[in-house]
Amino acid sequence: MKKLLLAAAAAALLTCTWQAPASAEYLKEHRGGTMRLLARSAAGTLDPHINYTLQYWQIFQPLYDGLVAFRKAEGKDGFKIVADLAEDMPTVSNDGKTFTFKLRKGIKFSNGQDVTVKDVVASYQRIFKVSGPTSGTFYAGIVGADKCLADTKSCTLEGGVTADEATGTITINITKPDAEFIDKLAMPHAVILPAGTPTEDAGSNPIPGTGAYTISAYDPNKGMTLVRNPHFKQWSEEAQPDGYPDVVQYDFGLTEEAAVTAIQKGEAEWMFDQPPTDRLVELGTKYMDQVHISPLTAWWYAPLNTRLAPFDNEKARQAVAYAVDRNTLVNLFGGKVLATPVCQVLPPDFPGHEDYCPFTKNPGAKWSAPDLDKAKQLVEESGTKGQKVTVIVEDTAVSRSIGVYLQSVLTSIGYVADVKPISSNIQFTYIQNTNNKVQMSVSQWYQDYPAASNFLNILFSCASFREGSDASINISGFCDKDIDAKMQKALELGVTDQDAANKLWAEIDKAVTDKAPAVPLFTPKHVDFVSKRLGNFKFNAQFYWIVTQSWVQ
Amino acid sequence: MSSDVVTVPRKTRGPWALAFAKLTGNKAAMAALTVFVLIVIACFSAPLYARWAGVDPFSSTLDAVITIDGQDVPVMEQSTEGLGLGYTPLGPTWRLGNYFLGADNQGRDVMARMLYGGLNSLLISAVATVLTLILGTTTGLVAGYFGGVTDTVLSRLLDILWAFPIYLLAISLSIVMIAQGITIGPITIESGSLWLPIIIIGIVYVPYVARPIRGQVLSLRNSEFVMAAVNLGVPGSRILWRDILPNITTTLIVFVPLMMALNMLTESALSFLSIGVQPPAASWGTIIQDGQALLYTRPIVALAPGIAIAISVMALNVFGDGLRDALDPRSKVRLGRD
Repeated sequence: MKKLLLAAAAAALLTCTWQAPASAEYLKEHRGGTMRLLARSAAGTLDPHINYTLQYWQIFQPLYDGLVAFRKAEGKDGFKIVADLAEDMPTVSNDGKTFTFKLRKGIKFSNGQDVTVKDVVASYQRIFKVSGPTSGTFYAGIVGADKCLADTKSCTLEGGVTADEATGTITINITKPDAEFIDKLAMPHAVILPAGTPTEDAGSNPIPGTGAYTISAYDPNKGMTLVRNPHFKQWSEEAQPDGYPDVVQYDFGLTEEAAVTAIQKGEAEWMFDQPPTDRLVELGTKYMDQVHISPLTAWWYAPLNTRLAPFDNEKARQAVAYAVDRNTLVNLFGGKVLATPVCQVLPPDFPGHEDYCPFTKNPGAKWSAPDLDKAKQLVEESGTKGQKVTVIVEDTAVSRSIGVYLQSVLTSIGYVADVKPISSNIQFTYIQNTNNKVQMSVSQWYQDYPAASNFLNILFSCASFREGSDASINISGFCDKDIDAKMQKALELGVTDQDAANKLWAEIDKAVTDKAPAVPLFTPKHVDFVSKRLGNFKFNAQFYWIVTQSWVQ
Repeated sequence: MSSDVVTVPRKTRGPWALAFAKLTGNKAAMAALTVFVLIVIACFSAPLYARWAGVDPFSSTLDAVITIDGQDVPVMEQSTEGLGLGYTPLGPTWRLGNYFLGADNQGRDVMARMLYGGLNSLLISAVATVLTLILGTTTGLVAGYFGGVTDTVLSRLLDILWAFPIYLLAISLSIVMIAQGITIGPITIESGSLWLPIIIIGIVYVPYVARPIRGQVLSLRNSEFVMAAVNLGVPGSRILWRDILPNITTTLIVFVPLMMALNMLTESALSFLSIGVQPPAASWGTIIQDGQALLYTRPIVALAPGIAIAISVMALNVFGDGLRDALDPRSKVRLGRD
């Protein structure tokens, strides 16, 4: 609780000190123009309470607001939470189980309607009414959430979310202290929508928001048009800054190759998809001023099924971890400029990360080289030599390459291996379902919010494993009661002492790494290729490029 | 000098000899056959080529270095200019046995993979053709000869199979089978087996063969020689085997190259979509898929198998046309009158 109060106070102070200079930085001479963005395809529903894709989360940033928000700032400053529709960070009481917000006055939705506390209560209820994908995880700790999850349509969150119209306060009660609850409220799934919003998936119909922009047209087969919200008046530059372009035109349908060419010709400003690998050399030499490379808090890994032979044997898993050459994988991804070899779960510079690399030629802090002799020895000792292993990968050029490489590594240490690329549309759910008996796969995890638990607890806790379900994100089926208990302890400790919690998370990271339920491969970097005329590029570690903070004139 | 001319009776050639003569006289068909045979020979020499070149076409060789004109050249070259982004595989050296067509994005010799890929494509299309012909002919014979309920049931089943878009059906079957294989009674086919694309392709084209065969059998069923055999009490199976099957043989022979060409295209398409031949094994379709990621820098990786497919399919089609002309009874009449 102490930590939350301090954080709230610090954030409030930061809000006050930040606003003045930041507002002055807005350069009016760059205001205006049309910015054209490109993506291979649309990313599903426009409903911010439902959509769970990076592509639309990025575009929701200038459209919607929550009570709190991740700061619209460059780099890791973007991990900081600031007050958004709330006047200030919440007052935390009741041993960290009650959060009280005061709603700002005078804010309107893009349809002209005032934002009231009723909208806030209705929005939190709506998360459950539309069966939002994180309603059972992120928001399951709200008092009354259990009833809402059991009967979504009649959800009231009684005792969980209450509002006082007279004072403009909203009180949220949770069942037990949660150090990450504020992070969860800052996610797009908890943005505030008008109380009258239908309690069903909005699909292709834009829902009014409070952000600087609003969607004026949308066709999932063609594109999306964002125009200025006529009712927007900036209240906090770090939470919801005014944007530069008058119009953002987001077009769908061009391949990555075509998108690169369009940007080179100045016909578009930016592409969502990563540039194809065969264009990287050209971009890195002829267009280096237009390329931005940014580190990500993400993880490419190869989950090993701890409930199926041969990887139900710890030595067999460690053998694969020893054998995989991370440098080769980095090269397959595009070279060391675009990726960094890793040996553990938590990405570098992440809360709780302490360099640790046990499965390498010279075990220590960093990865050096594969140790094939040790790997072969472990395979012999495990008694699994000669067993058949199938690696399931996504049907994309990079994943297929990694799969083929892993197949050759497995063969070289004594397994009979093959690799199966399956459609990207189904691979992620396919590898989660135990009925498919996947022994090994290649997957990626991109953080939802910056907390160690978002990697370790989500990917490797017993609760994240669900037999026979497509939503069993603990793909390895790893469940260690001792490690699980430590994770619970770290989660509880985070409420009062985040530094101590991070130390514990570092221990947990090492313990999980030692058990090798997955082979850590590399941490990727993000490539943004932009047009020559695009200025003021800012990359936010949480939601990536801040679209409307760049200018085109 | 006697003016009497001794007439030597002209020896009548059999229908097969006439067809052979007609076929060998068709220059386009013979040229196509020659091209196809050369492709087959080249593909079957794949293991020899790989051994001679000293390459492993199925393993990643990203760190490999080869010698060209006394200089060491990395198979995968990392960009060192500008931002140092990306790798470029070696381009064609045009030297047989030394990355003739360059390397793919795994540093593997494209020429060696082309030959192995061709071998798989040819094997799959040939065996799938045999399977299609066996299933299609059996179905067509039974449906056409026995008629009635048998014909109705089989014809509707063929209609259902026919109604499905071929690629959608093939993709659906592939997704079900490719990841985990299939078990039919005592027979288990592993997920990586070439039998899976063979079975999938063999099944989806059954109506293409069965329907024309059924039509021909329906016509033969009412012919005088079959009616005579029926009236004499000859068993149906014997009539099918001894009287009807020989009369549809020419149709089946014509089907062989045409179905093989069609199957080769289907196999390539399925492998391109990752639901045919599975990596690291190669087929021309998988090599095109690998080359898709290199279209801008190394287009040869996608172009070479594309050209190989086009030439093979064209050769088979031209030869198939020649074969049809040669086996056409009306052609035989014309040949006999010459």
